[in-house]
Amino acid sequence: MSTTAEAMIDVRVWRGGEEGEYQAFSVPRRDSQTVLDIVTWIQRHADPTLAYRFACRVGVCGSCAMTVNGRPRWTCRTHVSKVIEDGRLEIGPLANLPVIRDLAADMTPFFDKWQKAEGTFVPSRTRHEPLETISPDSAERQAADAAIECINCGVCYAACDTVRWSPEYFGPAALNRAWTLVNDVRDTGNLKRLAAAASSGGCHNCHSHQSCEQLCPKGLNPTASIAGLKRRTMQAYIRGEIS
Amino acid sequence: MSAVRLYVWQRLTALLMVPLIVVHLIVIIYATNRGLSAADILDRTRGSVAWGLFYALFVAAASIHGAIGVRGVAREWLGLRDTALDRLMWIFGVVLVVLGLRAVYAVVAT
Repeated sequence: MSTTAEAMIDVRVWRGGEEGEYQAFSVPRRDSQTVLDIVTWIQRHADPTLAYRFACRVGVCGSCAMTVNGRPRWTCRTHVSKVIEDGRLEIGPLANLPVIRDLAADMTPFFDKWQKAEGTFVPSRTRHEPLETISPDSAERQAADAAIECINCGVCYAACDTVRWSPEYFGPAALNRAWTLVNDVRDTGNLKRLAAAASSGGCHNCHSHQSCEQLCPKGLNPTASIAGLKRRTMQAYIRGEIS
Repeated sequence: MSAVRLYVWQRLTALLMVPLIVVHLIVIIYATNRGLSAADILDRTRGSVAWGLFYALFVAAASIHGAIGVRGVAREWLGLRDTALDRLMWIFGVVLVVLGLRAVYAVVAT
């Protein structure tokens, strides 16, 4: 990797909890540098007290999402060259979540809402029965597969205007998870799940702004999943299965 | 009231209003192009059961649709709880129905 010692980036990093301020750092610019590289450089070379969260560094674990120049991003796979504006980077914690400290957001409300949206698989068979054979080509499996690669990074949740306006709203990730299970033929929890999706925190809050779809690092489309839940809850309501 | 029930009612009233709005717009364009005066219009509408039913249905659909919409806006902008939202929705809807039907009565009553 070639290094240009002279080239520096002006980086402003959030310090503190809910109350705090941005602190300026000057970080050396390098080739193929990611935003996570920048944060790590600051912690190792400028201020070891900087709090942030990461694990895999390769876009699998979903733990390093932060707000970069106003937009939520997975920082380990976000190249500085793609997001830098006028030679500056502003890095903060994910929006719509409580701040623990510096760049670490508290993900508790995010995962609590997965529970509220009935995002838990309810098996139709026990471990003593043979595995059910599922055709990958079936329409249900393809609908489930289209939404299943979520890594729980919280980018969609932080990007969602409706979450910001309605703290009760489950958000795109939880409803996207619910949609994969609605389409999973092995699951038996749909009635309870559709009732949750039709509750006051559920899918009908979505305005289809599609920020989740635009910013999802895995290229998923939670808006489409939520639209699917709207259809299925309406069908269940008309059949009298939910009220 | 449950979110899915509100959703279904708002979509159904929207569907119902599509043809009603088209007819309403045609009426406006017709009356404007023909240069009809208020008296000319009242001549046509007074005693008309058809226009009375048409606009009464329009008022009902618009009131339900609008009241549910206002409930949604109030939920996000004012942060009200469900009971308060339902109350607001019913009050707003009833006010719209009363005002709308009063206007319908004014143009069809003989």
